[in-house]
Amino acid sequence: MAAISREEVAHLARLSRLAVTEQELDRFAGQLDVILQSVARVGEVAADDIPPTSHSVPLVNVLREDVVVPGLTREEALSGAPDAAEDRFRVPQILADEE
Amino acid sequence: MSDLIKLTAAELGAKIAAGDVSAEEVTRAHLDRIAEVDGRVHAFLHVDNDGAVEAARAVDAKRAAGEQLGPLAGVPIAIKDVIATKGIPTTAASKILEGWRPPYDATVMTRIREAGMVMLGKTNMDEFAMGSSTEYSAYGPTYNPWDLTRIPGGSGGGSAAAVAGYEAPLAIGTDTGGSIRQPGAVTGTVGAKPTYGGTSRYGLIAFSSSLDTPGPVARTVLDTALLHQVIAGHDPRDSTSIPLPVPDVVAAARQGASGDLTGVRVGLVKEFSGEGAEPGVMAVFRDTVEALTKLGAEVVEISCPHFQYALPAYYLIAPSECSSNLARFDSVRFGLRVGDDGRNSLEDVMSLTREAGFGDEVKRRIIIGTYALSSGYYDAYYGQAQKVRTLITRDFTSAFEQVDVLVSPTTPFTAFELGARTADPYQMYLADLYTIPTNLYGGPAISVPVGLSEGLPVGLQIMAPTMADDRMYRIAAAVESTVGTFTPPAL
Repeated sequence: MAAISREEVAHLARLSRLAVTEQELDRFAGQLDVILQSVARVGEVAADDIPPTSHSVPLVNVLREDVVVPGLTREEALSGAPDAAEDRFRVPQILADEE
Repeated sequence: MSDLIKLTAAELGAKIAAGDVSAEEVTRAHLDRIAEVDGRVHAFLHVDNDGAVEAARAVDAKRAAGEQLGPLAGVPIAIKDVIATKGIPTTAASKILEGWRPPYDATVMTRIREAGMVMLGKTNMDEFAMGSSTEYSAYGPTYNPWDLTRIPGGSGGGSAAAVAGYEAPLAIGTDTGGSIRQPGAVTGTVGAKPTYGGTSRYGLIAFSSSLDTPGPVARTVLDTALLHQVIAGHDPRDSTSIPLPVPDVVAAARQGASGDLTGVRVGLVKEFSGEGAEPGVMAVFRDTVEALTKLGAEVVEISCPHFQYALPAYYLIAPSECSSNLARFDSVRFGLRVGDDGRNSLEDVMSLTREAGFGDEVKRRIIIGTYALSSGYYDAYYGQAQKVRTLITRDFTSAFEQVDVLVSPTTPFTAFELGARTADPYQMYLADLYTIPTNLYGGPAISVPVGLSEGLPVGLQIMAPTMADDRMYRIAAAVESTVGTFTPPAL
């Protein structure tokens, strides 16, 4: 049985904000199924009582000294933006006009 | 071809400091070499001719003014395109960042500049460092200087090929699952993944934040150590940076060069002693183990029973983190924007931009990560992979109670032909079989060239405990002293 269907891949692509094409869905569905069947092997390990590791460095709450250091200027921060207006990032409309 | 390009970084640094040669001459020799061969190798995505000459002249001016120069001052270096370089195009080999010029330098880059090193340009890689052949670059593949029909490894194939092809004596790579070591192995160069947290991730375009580690690439172990020393050390801008002194890797490399490993205990990873590896790779590996014994090391076999689950765990953890990290490519703050026609919504523009800007492998990993993190699958996939990560760490901890280092081949196969593994993505993933456990554990590992199989380089991987980076350099230098270095045929 397939680990993942073409419909599930389409749903995940939508969640991931990827406007994938029909051809990509055809290609990815099979490839992702092979990958998921292979990585599902992690389930063979008996690990119920094993704590998870998210990170190899056991540091928590790392804070630097609370002193002001120079950051990016507004011009620098906006320098790579696809579009900027009035010293801000300009984005496409979030709500349609009729809403 | 200028003889200068054949010198090691240590030799170049000494000659520049002594005034035997100017930094500008050294830089121009490398820029000439790039102009001569990079049309065929394609190691570089961007060459900064003017900036390099200017940086070299600044070093020469300092020397003329009587300033004491550091060991690598004036030495050229190539930088993987995933490292932010102020004002210099940085794309991570992705169309989504085409033309982006970062407004700041990565910490690694700041330290390189402070050391007086000369950046030649930015090197090719698999898009966002996801791949093992550099074929997933959006700007075309890099070709292995040993055989231009073969891959240079990945993701840092450009950095490894630049160094192997004498276009640069040194380079920076990043290693998430083997992206420094595997390219090192298949191009006959040295590549080290420092302890996670030993080198700063600030300014490194994030792929998998709990695994990404910048590190040095060179042709000799000593050069690798010299560059390691420049870039390593605590950085308050990276909250996972380890606030401890850097192990003296340069001293360790010099000590190892004596070739004496008396009293050193070396563990062979039982699970990596043959299965899935090419016979030619295993033959060179066995010869190397014999050489280690002759140098005085005590070699024993060590079982690491959970290493067989490292690859599947990695290909859940890394995509999960990448699906989150790459959410920043949202068409708002930097990079590409597609479909902003006044009618499409922000969400549509994001989806169209990401569709147009990301390549297939990046999309596959984002989708896998989104799947592994989704409710209903989280426990079985991402959660379970994190538990396996704990067990792999325990395997390492227990192994290092018995031996000083672990060794294995770096990668199961020598450089394969372009196109050989792109049809089935999982076949590509197998290139990282031996390198991934170290990333999950967080310790350091190095690949050093140890021989040829059918004319192609084979690497030895040496894995050490966390913050014992010096240990692997000592052993790598000892191995190098007995097997020598490997030079590709003339390009």
